Amino acid sequence: MKSPRIYNRIHPTGNMFLYSFSFYLFSTIAVLSALMVISAKNSVHSVLFLILSFVNSSALFVLLGAEFLAMILVVVYVGAVAVLFLFVVMMLDINFIKLREGFLQYLPFGVLLGAVLLLELSMIFFSNRLSKVTLVEFSTKPIFSDFENTKDLGNVLYTEYFYLFQLSGLILLVAMIGSIVLTLRDRSGVKKQIIYDQVNVDTVNYIEKKKVKLREGTNV
Amino acid sequence: MFSISLQHFLFLGAILFTIGILGIFLNKKNVIIILMSIEIILLAVNINFIAFSSFSGDLSGQIFAMLTLTVAAAEAAIGLAILVVFFRNLGSISVEKISNLKG
Repeated sequence: MKSPRIYNRIHPTGNMFLYSFSFYLFSTIAVLSALMVISAKNSVHSVLFLILSFVNSSALFVLLGAEFLAMILVVVYVGAVAVLFLFVVMMLDINFIKLREGFLQYLPFGVLLGAVLLLELSMIFFSNRLSKVTLVEFSTKPIFSDFENTKDLGNVLYTEYFYLFQLSGLILLVAMIGSIVLTLRDRSGVKKQIIYDQVNVDTVNYIEKKKVKLREGTNV
Repeated sequence: MFSISLQHFLFLGAILFTIGILGIFLNKKNVIIILMSIEIILLAVNINFIAFSSFSGDLSGQIFAMLTLTVAAAEAAIGLAILVVFFRNLGSISVEKISNLKG
């Protein structure tokens, strides 16, 4: 098993203590805040703990040598998605205490199922096969170079994975149009601008000339 | 203890994945928490992608992690839009009330 290449960049001497200390610190905080996300009483606290979890995960991405994705995680998740969640939580007038009813009802079953799932996953991870077989045998092209991570990603993203890049743009477009269509509604009694009619106003039909007599006025 | 291997990162991903699944099970009434649990699950997937990418010296994993991020952002936007419409119609975000399709 090769070591992650960030070792060579940060610790040429091979001193792993700081690296492993950072790993345990960030991952512990990430896991604990994820637990708080699903168990907090107030949904606003849940969103804030979600932000904490994402920030710690982005620190873990930096440890893995994926600096660009770490920044993207902070910008996209903390900057956009979490704020969107906060908006929705604060906008909807919900009694959150009532929503907590029945939380303990499924707790034993959920914990049992989670334990089984975790056990099975870790059985795969700690099997000998994963650590002996070389992991990627079929991918040939994208390889880490000695550039920065962002440069590497850019070299690959706009050449090898260009269609994937376009596809993700399309996905975002569909999401944008979809959410606009979903939340748009017609309200009665609201005056809207009708651009076509406004532009097509002509002097013949819309302007009426009236002779106004002195001190009498006129009806409009 | 002091050398972090691929298994450490994969185990972290597994723990986060399980927490996400658990969140979906436990919060039966709050759709917002369920959406956040899905975000946690996708984060666990991303950690796995990037860990494999970093430990095997292959950049493809990071590209696909980026695609996962994009899809997660789109999913959150559409999910929250559906949630807002649902709350506007029913005045509640309880999962148990989403039974209109039953007919």
